[in-house]
Amino acid sequence: MTRDGDEFRDSSMGTAELHRRLAAIWSTPSGLWGALSTVDHKIIGRRYITTAFVFLALGGLLSMLMRLQLAQPEARFIGPDRYNQIFTMHGTNMMFLFAVPVMQAMAIYLVPLMVGTRNIAFPRLNAFSYWMYLAGGLLLWIAFVVDAGPDVGWFAYVPLSGPQYGAGKRADIWAQMITFTEVSALAIAVEIVVTVFKQRAPGMSLDRIPLFVWSMLVTSFLVIMAMPAIMVASTSLILDRLVGTHFFNPAEGGDVLLWQHLFWFFGHPEVYIIFLPAVGMVSAIVATFTRRPVFGYLGMVMALIATGVLAFGLWVHHMFVAGLPRLGESFFTASSMAIAVPAGLQIFCWLATMWAGRPVFKTPFLFVVGFMVIFVIGGLTGVMVASVPFDTQVHDTYFVVAHFHYVLVGGAVFPLLGAIYYWFPKFTGRMMSEVLGRWIFGLIFAGFNLTFFPMHILGLQGMPRRIYTYQPEMPWSGLNLFISFSAVILAAGFLLFFIDAIRSARSGSLASANPWGATTLEWATSSPPPPYNFARPPVVESLEPLSGDLETLPVASGLRVDRRELLTSSVVHASPEAREASPGDSIWPLWAALATTLMLIWSIFSPWAVVWGSVPIAITLIGWFWPKGVPEDEA
Amino acid sequence: MKEKIVIDLADLPPHGLGTASQSWWGTLAFMLIEGTGFALAIVVYLYLMSLAPPWPLDAAPPDLLAGTTLTVFLVLSVLPNIFLNRWAHQQDLRKVRIGLIAMSLVGIVPLILRAFEFPAMHIKWDQNAYGSIVWVMLGLHTTHILTDLVETLVLTCLMFSRHADNPRRFGDVNDNAMYWNFVVATWLPIYACLYWVPRL
Repeated sequence: MTRDGDEFRDSSMGTAELHRRLAAIWSTPSGLWGALSTVDHKIIGRRYITTAFVFLALGGLLSMLMRLQLAQPEARFIGPDRYNQIFTMHGTNMMFLFAVPVMQAMAIYLVPLMVGTRNIAFPRLNAFSYWMYLAGGLLLWIAFVVDAGPDVGWFAYVPLSGPQYGAGKRADIWAQMITFTEVSALAIAVEIVVTVFKQRAPGMSLDRIPLFVWSMLVTSFLVIMAMPAIMVASTSLILDRLVGTHFFNPAEGGDVLLWQHLFWFFGHPEVYIIFLPAVGMVSAIVATFTRRPVFGYLGMVMALIATGVLAFGLWVHHMFVAGLPRLGESFFTASSMAIAVPAGLQIFCWLATMWAGRPVFKTPFLFVVGFMVIFVIGGLTGVMVASVPFDTQVHDTYFVVAHFHYVLVGGAVFPLLGAIYYWFPKFTGRMMSEVLGRWIFGLIFAGFNLTFFPMHILGLQGMPRRIYTYQPEMPWSGLNLFISFSAVILAAGFLLFFIDAIRSARSGSLASANPWGATTLEWATSSPPPPYNFARPPVVESLEPLSGDLETLPVASGLRVDRRELLTSSVVHASPEAREASPGDSIWPLWAALATTLMLIWSIFSPWAVVWGSVPIAITLIGWFWPKGVPEDEA
Repeated sequence: MKEKIVIDLADLPPHGLGTASQSWWGTLAFMLIEGTGFALAIVVYLYLMSLAPPWPLDAAPPDLLAGTTLTVFLVLSVLPNIFLNRWAHQQDLRKVRIGLIAMSLVGIVPLILRAFEFPAMHIKWDQNAYGSIVWVMLGLHTTHILTDLVETLVLTCLMFSRHADNPRRFGDVNDNAMYWNFVVATWLPIYACLYWVPRL
């Protein structure tokens, strides 16, 4: 079946001829059909990142609406019902449509390049994942536009979200949006795990994996272990609402705290699903801009894994005021404080790296410095709210709002913005503006602290979360007005960031393959990379394959050029095992996603959708997997 | 950057089998996801039980006949499955075809037995929380039997088509066999939970 002739191999082929042949087999055809059926991880990754940033902008608009409303007491700009929808949408959108997807999206683009392979594992699943994510986002936002947006808070506690109080379909929209985003997140997690396990460049043994890739591997396992909990929870909620089950109904043996347990068993690891990729980004940026490897590689990897494990032992600290047994609360206080240990270890490793290196304060590095300051403050208030008596005081106040914005924006958005500046030349082939970058960092750093630090004080003064307005007698109006003005500075920083990104993508200065002098494999190929990433698979001989004055890259040959082929290697030592085919473009993932979307939305209204809606899904999946007699199917 | 060829891999096989294949690891990852789902369902069951002094709530313990018959059948079904797996390893197309037809039939029987399990619970999903979790656990597992059956049927058709004689297809059969073992293995704790925990 295999035609083993030298004319089909890259071994003795000239560079120009090799690139021509590889481009012919790996390129995505132009036009709409090509765009809809592509399975190139770089195109899907860019699409994912762009979509996530659109959701970030939309979520930011919602927060500005809230700041407008809260700028003065007794404001009548937004009514209570719409305000409930707005804060629910803000949280839901930022967590499920921005933070988690954007981190996974960065991995979709970067992990295959960093491990030196040509495409992600299961590239069609990757395409499917994007369509599911997009459909879930559209479902949520279209519902909001037609005044059917969820209004039960981003964690949708029962009984408020249950059949008794949550009339209409608003809570169902929330619950089903969960299904969409979790399906897409779980799909990416599986792809990343298999890409890291099986597709690493020859020689990239476990101790030579870049820290960003390690962080995404641990994150993917967190997704795999945590997200089933929210799917169980949201499915039970839909069942309670649609077919009259009693999971959360105390009158018939159910329990409302069951919801909180299930939600936070997912929800707490979720924080680390957002934070750990950021840790990886920080490590990559710190290494490049201090011109030395990150101090304590083994300790960093162990800290990542330890954080991943501990993340599952913290969820009850979100429920301290729910009336749980004292012993349980003490345990979760202890574990909540224990997780500060691996986090602290990582901070000290980065500080040591900066101390020993020669820091270059370019924009990506500025964002890392901003991350450290803000995240440490967020960590300190975290240790405070881990203590039950203190938490009881500030629970559901603006203190908690300040705390988690410090942790999430400081811990994830700052590293992410740094990462965008850092990898933008790889994504687009063009540099972002260094001058604007400094302004953007300054505006966002100042705007963020001016907006969120006063919220600590508001919280201590007793201002509750999620109120649409407050009375003039309360001592909160001055700080609220200050916060609203500060939010304009923060928004201006983000607006400038979007302008810089769009402008640079079109007309920024051209980037070389390795503009920062970095040492990981994604910089060994051109910016942006060709559709096949590497003309010949790189061979890795150290933790920093591009370190020193490297002029020649060690590579492997012997791969076929008449089908999409990449190397698979063993899990521990990354010894080559096979020349595996990588699936070509296909429209079927889009059809499968449309069929799944039909079933999921229909099932908000009728349980029979699960029966009849499964038929088109099965048909599209069979169409997807049935062999088409292409060279990629040969073995 | 210039390239220096340091290794030639032309002699590697054009497809990996078993732990060398991505789909084997992918199947494992999906089993981990679904296994977590099953484990959580059991946790919910035990959680609700811990809140309710009389358990099962307003119902007699489930009748054992249908569920136990199904359990015995599922355990026995692993036997032909092991043979099918072995034949797929040997890439013996004729035997694999026979094995797949056998496993397709084997996949239908538990669905019939399952139809008798739901009434044997003596409760409906909308009567109380006990009924809800019992139906969801049975339903969740039934979905797994059903999806594996559909996959086996499609594979059976595939192995009678012109695409059959291909190591990649035999790898698919191996992964499918592994998945059936998973469906059987996850049933055992659910069976113990549904049928024996109420009798403790």
